Amino acid sequence: MEAEAAKYIGAGIACLGMAGAGIGLGHIFGNYLAGALRNPSAAQGQFANLIFGFAVTEALGIFSFAVALILMFVV
Amino acid sequence: MIRAGLDPIAQFKIYKLAELKVGKYDLSFTNASFMMLLAVALIGLWMFFGTRKHELVPGRAQSFVEVTYEFVAGLVRSSAGADGLKFFPFVFSLFVFILFANMLGMIPIFFTTTSHIIVTFALAMMVMALVVGYGVFKHGFKFLKVFVPSGIPMAILPFVTLLEIISFLSRPISLSVRLWANMLAGHILLKLFAGFCIMMVTGFGLFPGVIGAIIPFGLTFALIPLEFLVAFVQAYVFALLTSVYLSDALHPGHH
Repeated sequence: MEAEAAKYIGAGIACLGMAGAGIGLGHIFGNYLAGALRNPSAAQGQFANLIFGFAVTEALGIFSFAVALILMFVV
Repeated sequence: MIRAGLDPIAQFKIYKLAELKVGKYDLSFTNASFMMLLAVALIGLWMFFGTRKHELVPGRAQSFVEVTYEFVAGLVRSSAGADGLKFFPFVFSLFVFILFANMLGMIPIFFTTTSHIIVTFALAMMVMALVVGYGVFKHGFKFLKVFVPSGIPMAILPFVTLLEIISFLSRPISLSVRLWANMLAGHILLKLFAGFCIMMVTGFGLFPGVIGAIIPFGLTFALIPLEFLVAFVQAYVFALLTSVYLSDALHPGHH
């Protein structure tokens, strides 16, 4: 296989890591919404926690994106 | 082949506006430095005109400043505690600078400073240096308790400590890469869809091309508000994580 082709295939495979981040983010926002609908008065106080969980989970998806970018443009 | 005008990466190119060399270091004034200066100047003007009159019933400019102030103060208070408010000026400056840099980047043909890893990494290292510096200054040797969470059974404590050390060391990387990659990905995406519109017209001619260009044009249109949201959320996340890390330096061992 040509190195150029392997690079693009690798970048595509690296993007699969985003699937995990997507599942995680769905869990976070889904559970937040479920909790917020049960007890709307407590929802506002947990907004910072929601964003914190979002940021920490999203970082992992972003890492796979960064790997894909490095494969595409740096390697 | 991607033509030069449609290259989605070309928007991140740094070019020199004024040459300046000190010894072997290249300190030229670039478009990135210009955008950073512009952001700082706009923040300065905004703060100056917002707080100039000190009215009891705030006008439009003053209430905008007050809302931002209260927002960041509430963020610091809720995640670092009341004694974390001594770091409020630092967190506020970070938040406002990143917010302005992101928002200015959303204006067409303007350069996004935060889409360069070196800028965000410098900001993240500044935060980590403050966390470690203040933690060691305040608690001395006890700062190492940040790696040993309280209330963990003895059997798994070494493992948890190892995890905490790895997570602490990866913080500057995740903090900087999050902001950088979000801004980079958003701007590439916008440019890519905008480029599709042009490719449709140049490829298929004016009549079928314009109809084909409706879909990428609509997507660009839909992505712009999303990018504004991302620009705000990333500034918020950066400030939030900064105050969470500072709360570690203030009270190590509480998790």
